[in-house]
Amino acid sequence: MTLPLFFFYLFAAILVASALMVISARNPVHAVLFLILAFFNASGLFMLAGAEFLALLLIVVYVGAVAVLFLFVVMMLDVDFASLRQGFLQYAPVGVVVGVILLLELLLLAGSFVVSPEAASGSVLPIDAATDNMRAIGLVLYTRYVFLFQGAAAVLLVAMIGAIVLTLRHKTNVKRQNPVDQVARRPSETLEVVKVKSGQGL
Amino acid sequence: MGLGIELGHYLTVAAILFTLGVFGIFINRKNIIVILMSVELILLAVNLNMVAFSAALNDLQGQIFALLILTVAAAEAAIGLAILVIFYRNRGSIAVEDVNQLKG
Repeated sequence: MTLPLFFFYLFAAILVASALMVISARNPVHAVLFLILAFFNASGLFMLAGAEFLALLLIVVYVGAVAVLFLFVVMMLDVDFASLRQGFLQYAPVGVVVGVILLLELLLLAGSFVVSPEAASGSVLPIDAATDNMRAIGLVLYTRYVFLFQGAAAVLLVAMIGAIVLTLRHKTNVKRQNPVDQVARRPSETLEVVKVKSGQGL
Repeated sequence: MGLGIELGHYLTVAAILFTLGVFGIFINRKNIIVILMSVELILLAVNLNMVAFSAALNDLQGQIFALLILTVAAAEAAIGLAILVIFYRNRGSIAVEDVNQLKG
């Protein structure tokens, strides 16, 4: 067994085991932590496949943003998770049936298909072993796929605005600044100059 | 792909991961947070397939596609969790069976 193959089996085993723990952990915080472990090992698999940029992006985006977001929500919501576990195994038989059928189909497909030689030779963007992965992606992402890149940016913008609009809540009993009022304020509205005769003040 | 790792290896791992994600949706019928995590697992399996085919066919397109899937998955998680937060605020629960306000 070569060393890369050994690491492949290691990463794959931990990935599958932690995915199993994600769906079966009692405590959602543990589930999120196992999700992070799964992402790290998937990142290792990406690295073995030669997709270094995606591997690092998986850690930065998923572990750094998405998983932390999950953790944040799990800790913010004061939910009685024990009651959510009621009837945990109620739907398990259906899930097992669907899962086994799906897995068998996928494995049959994965084990039996053959890539035709024309497909392998006619690749649109051949991976050049001389240029490193990040450079190769950068060279096409901003030129050939610039509209897809902009589309991805638009999706993220819409998601950001949507998340803010959904969760923003104005409380009525909280004092807050009104910048429009502040900017529109004139000296004549607030400042009054009074002439006081000498000796008559106070 | 070389180094003794075949395309079938990756596809098998991705198939197992996908199945675990689907199974997770079934057994965690009440907890929306775990359902969202299962969806993330499914998207990860899809990404794994994309990268594996990209390496096997020696084509960079698969990695570009995986990048876009990553973007959509992040947006989906953000919106899903935002909906979850306002749902909890309104109903005080995150059980799926309480989601019945749109029944009319």
